[in-house]
Amino acid sequence: MRVMAQMSMVMNLDKCIGCHTCSVTCKQTWTNREGMEYVWFNNVETRPGLGYPRQYEDQEKWNGGWTRTKRGRLKLKSGGRLKKLAYIFSNPDLPSIDDYYEPWTYDYDMLTKSPQTKVGPVARPKSLLTGDNMDIKWSGNWDDNLGGSLETAHEDPILAHMSDHVRMEFENTFMFYLPRICEHCLNPSCVSACPSGAMYKREEDGIVLVDQDSCRGWRMCVSSCPYKKVYFNHKTNKAEKCTLCYPLLEQGKPTICSETCVGRLRYLGLMLYDADRVLEAAAVEDEHELLDAQRSVFLDPFDPDVIAAAKADGIADDWIEAAQNSPIYKLISEYKVALPLHPEYRTMPMVWYIPPLSPVVDIVSNTGNDGEDVRNLFAAIDKLRIPVEYLAGLFTAGDTVPIEDSLRKLAAMRSYMRDINLGNDPQEPIANAVGMSGAEIEAMYRLLAIAKYEDRYVIPKAHVESARDLEDFACSLNVDGGPGMGGPGETGGLRKTGRRVPGTPVAATVESFHSLNNLTGTDESGNKRMNLLEWDGKGISNGMFPPPATAGGTA
Amino acid sequence: MNNLDVLLWIAFPYAAAASFIVGHILRYRYDQYGWTSRSSQLYESKLLKWGSPLFHYGMLAVIAGHVIGLLIPREWLEFIGINEHIYHLGATWLGTAAAAVTVVGMLILLARRGAVKRVLKVTSAMDVVMYIFLVATIAFGTIAVVQFQLLGAGYDYRGSVSPWIRSLFLMQPDVTLMAGVPLAFQLHVLTATALFAIWPFTRLVHVLSAPIWYLLRPYVVYRSRDTKLGARKPRPGWNRSTLPVKEKEHSMK
Repeated sequence: MRVMAQMSMVMNLDKCIGCHTCSVTCKQTWTNREGMEYVWFNNVETRPGLGYPRQYEDQEKWNGGWTRTKRGRLKLKSGGRLKKLAYIFSNPDLPSIDDYYEPWTYDYDMLTKSPQTKVGPVARPKSLLTGDNMDIKWSGNWDDNLGGSLETAHEDPILAHMSDHVRMEFENTFMFYLPRICEHCLNPSCVSACPSGAMYKREEDGIVLVDQDSCRGWRMCVSSCPYKKVYFNHKTNKAEKCTLCYPLLEQGKPTICSETCVGRLRYLGLMLYDADRVLEAAAVEDEHELLDAQRSVFLDPFDPDVIAAAKADGIADDWIEAAQNSPIYKLISEYKVALPLHPEYRTMPMVWYIPPLSPVVDIVSNTGNDGEDVRNLFAAIDKLRIPVEYLAGLFTAGDTVPIEDSLRKLAAMRSYMRDINLGNDPQEPIANAVGMSGAEIEAMYRLLAIAKYEDRYVIPKAHVESARDLEDFACSLNVDGGPGMGGPGETGGLRKTGRRVPGTPVAATVESFHSLNNLTGTDESGNKRMNLLEWDGKGISNGMFPPPATAGGTA
Repeated sequence: MNNLDVLLWIAFPYAAAASFIVGHILRYRYDQYGWTSRSSQLYESKLLKWGSPLFHYGMLAVIAGHVIGLLIPREWLEFIGINEHIYHLGATWLGTAAAAVTVVGMLILLARRGAVKRVLKVTSAMDVVMYIFLVATIAFGTIAVVQFQLLGAGYDYRGSVSPWIRSLFLMQPDVTLMAGVPLAFQLHVLTATALFAIWPFTRLVHVLSAPIWYLLRPYVVYRSRDTKLGARKPRPGWNRSTLPVKEKEHSMK
């Protein structure tokens, strides 16, 4: 047993109102840069719908994720190592920018600089790739709220696997939103496909990252990720992806998408898992077994054996405690209401979803029946094959049983809590019908419905003490500003050469590498110095020229 | 041996070699972030699908041919049974085939770069400079093969160019070897030398990143955050942020 900790997320789809606040705040934080216009680390898809990029779930087309060989081993669906290298000069599975959308801006200047005309001036859309006028034909959320779905919904890869009858009726039946970020998989196919070894999974918290220094732009990660959550920055020509906002997590704060979620539907916490069993679980033959196989990889953080093994593997006590308090563990392993997105890709994704009950409730209510009566809801879950089958296509590789179990628990919670809210006696049989106790139902209700901030986010801080000891962090005590001034000094720890020594906290954004500010150091005599090799050619930085001689001199 | 010969066949190659080596080291130390293949496949893939593999695989064959023809002495090949006749046949026909594949691929890629506006827009000035030397090198090399090996009686560069290059590597440069070499070969050598000189400052750096280690490493890579604050060991040019600014100002007071 090799115990590893994984920072994971669960999203409660019942609460998602499709406001895209998560997408917007994520974009403002991470991808509002040239070359990243089309990149959405977080996006919210309307289902049924095509997703982003279009039809990304159709792995017959994109060859993302893993496939199981006849001998029972896992192989990248796009081909093994030799094939990857053989196709390195032209990746046959890479989506084109048009599968996402051609980024554009508007000619706003026209609005203010236009001469007086009979008709008002128009800000025409201009392609950010060519600068030409363009017709906007598609974008990230073109089918938001089923807009235009009459024309496009049949291209939904999940619907394509369902019967014609279902497809016809689908749109009239229900709709829900699916927010997506990187899955930070336990068996990531993007990392496995990276020829340069630039992608990696962090040992401490399992976050999957791209080393921007080592990435050589071979693009194999983009095509190998079945969720298409690694993007190619077409300005820097390097891959970039959702970082799970690790700079925030390291301080014990939730990701920006979670923090700003209006519906408070996101949960963040640790899962302990047995790294030695990941491959075995990802390679089970029956796709319907993958859900239970992945659940079996997770370890019980209260088990003394697991705790001892975790300590032996270097997991700190506060992290073990965080794993015990993890809302993710409760939702995945205790209540078993959360399900993984597309387990059939065999990447062992770690962003799980609680399937939405609201479409079922809506249908029951719209027929004039009591939408909170547990019998009505159970009957509807049994009878409404369309939403259940569709959800199964998303979360359980087509197996409807776990979907029904999850929805039943949500329905039972709804009915059980109504009695309490109305002052009636709670009906223990309702809880028992889904294999839970009344107390468990109430605890689940507190987590899902009340959803206090501290219950949703149980994030242990990163342990940086040891790391900082190794760095030159302590050197900041030697410079002006002296000991005890708190944090790195202005000069960030200098050696005698006057060059700034890397050792102060890492720059989290790409731009800061190039910001002129960072190029200047200060030598002992207080003069600014600059390393010309790092100059990006734009603008003049302090320290590029020697200081002007002061009048009168200083003797 | 006049001054021009010394300049062209001694000074220039060594200067180019210095530029190649020092340039790569500097670029690796200071600009790993800019070290990429600069793929434009996201913009256009129908032409690239044909042009890029043709060019690259053709180039790999061409490079292999150059290693055999230039770096391995004639006597060594004869020792393993490859005599002049066999070598000439192989070099001429395989070489011509590799050149043809490379040239076709290169023409497709050049046409793509010119005709597809999305690709043209991301072509930098350095790309253009690099293309000029690359195209010139391939063109002169192809001309030399066609003119002398294919149509002519055959020129024995293994008696002149090859020992000259080896003399450079052995630090005992022999200029006289290059004196009588036909113009097409000379121009091929000179443009190639220039290409090596600018190599580290162009997108060609990706050649040194050929990811052969991928074949040997385990699929999933794990890295610890503990020992290295950030993705990898700090190195020159990677100044860590001293944000937040307010704290910084405070600490200076």
